[in-house]
Amino acid sequence: MIILKFKKVLDAIDGKMELDVSLNISENSLITIFGESGAGKTSILRMISGLMVPDHGYIEVNGKTWLDTSRGINLKTQNRRIGYVFQDYALFPNMTVKENLWYALEHRQDPVIITQLLDIIELESLKNRKSGTLSGGQKQRVSLARALVGQPDILLLDEPLSALDEGIRSKLQDYILRVHEKYNLTTILVSHDLPEIFKLSDQIFLLNKGKIERSGTPSEVFLSNKISGKYRFTGSIIEKSKNDVVYVIGVLVGNNLIKVIATEDEGNSLNIGDKVMVVSKAFNPLILKLNN
Amino acid sequence: MIEWGPIILSLKLAGITTLLLLVIAIPLSYWLSYTKSFTKPVIETLVSMPLVLPPTVLGFYLLIAFSPANAFGEFLNESFNVQLVFSFEGLIIASLIYSLPFMVHPIQSGLNSIPASYSEASFVMGKSRTTTLFKVLLPNIRSSLLTGIVLTFAHTIGEFGVVLMIGGNIPDKTRVASIAIYDEVESLNYSTANVYSLILFSITFIILLTVYITNGRYMKRIWK
Repeated sequence: MIILKFKKVLDAIDGKMELDVSLNISENSLITIFGESGAGKTSILRMISGLMVPDHGYIEVNGKTWLDTSRGINLKTQNRRIGYVFQDYALFPNMTVKENLWYALEHRQDPVIITQLLDIIELESLKNRKSGTLSGGQKQRVSLARALVGQPDILLLDEPLSALDEGIRSKLQDYILRVHEKYNLTTILVSHDLPEIFKLSDQIFLLNKGKIERSGTPSEVFLSNKISGKYRFTGSIIEKSKNDVVYVIGVLVGNNLIKVIATEDEGNSLNIGDKVMVVSKAFNPLILKLNN
Repeated sequence: MIEWGPIILSLKLAGITTLLLLVIAIPLSYWLSYTKSFTKPVIETLVSMPLVLPPTVLGFYLLIAFSPANAFGEFLNESFNVQLVFSFEGLIIASLIYSLPFMVHPIQSGLNSIPASYSEASFVMGKSRTTTLFKVLLPNIRSSLLTGIVLTFAHTIGEFGVVLMIGGNIPDKTRVASIAIYDEVESLNYSTANVYSLILFSITFIILLTVYITNGRYMKRIWK
């Protein structure tokens, strides 16, 4: 069990904002902190890792206290068992991929973990390349592998996939799931991509202006009425047109445009750019295997 | 034939100064690049002072300070039997102060240009500040280090005012090349002054040229 409580006044875009959150995260779960930019998501990750100190705070990880401002306990960043994938990946350009991983190795740690990670995250062919020569997706994979070398208690992912395009993104989500399960990690993901959240998270915390507004499974948080759909996709509205008494809403799901009929009332409440879920329960979809 | 003493002394002074400054400037620049201390602007100003202060001002105060007639000079003289006025050691200390900004500024701006996430990533991996500095930060600012080393070396070779003030013109002790040129001109030995000048010109030209060439190549390799 991981218990996090933070209070800190932050400098936000529109003046001061008080971050006041309390999260209980069960071990080996993958949770997402979701919210607008400036809501305080990254600050939470920085406080967990000790890179930022809260005004008042408490961190307990599997029974061990990392931080308790009321008792003056504050474990140094170096002594917290954290894997952190930064938004800009933070790979060291003076080192090759393999050297980046070696650097993360702890004193007297068995280097077999490096071979294992190079294998799982399929980096073997890139291991002698300097990190400056890699593409965004490759850098992301190296950064993920490097964060896992020290066998952390908590893996922190700060919008790791936001700069990547759809195809690579989906593949990297698979890597994240794979290592999350293999190493029994407790993973905290910061994201504002709904499809990603639905695919990856067990639990989600909706953060708004420094406060947790809602929490639960992704469906509980994002779907106000519970639907048992036969299939469901999340996407965003890219077009909306009125056709007699109904609206035709164009929803972009992945790279596909799906047209959905909406009633006048529904149509009026939906706007271009809204994130929506498309659910069908009236018919049984066909499933066709694609040859790779 | 000219005497090589002044040239050798200049090179020796520049070499020692550069080496010592590198050792001093790395921790100082590192501290300046991350500290939020209120003393930072004061320290930064002091480091930069030699850029604008006439060398004679610095030389004058050092002369006063090092003089055995005053407390500090007397203390050095009595406790360590060291006399800094009109000595090579005195020249080194003066050069260290005088060339400080030329070493600190490039290293500090190099360190500032590195994203904060590099250090943070290293700390999260359990590495200390020192390990981070030597394994991650410094290797990624090699061109800034090279710039600092070369500017310091070249600038120390070109030093004149400070040396004249506290070193004087003692052969093989404080008579560096720039002083020798001035001395020869005063004695109307224009041809000897010309030879010294040409040698200094060539040395500094070659050093700077090498830096620009290697830095260019280095940058290309990084961005490729």
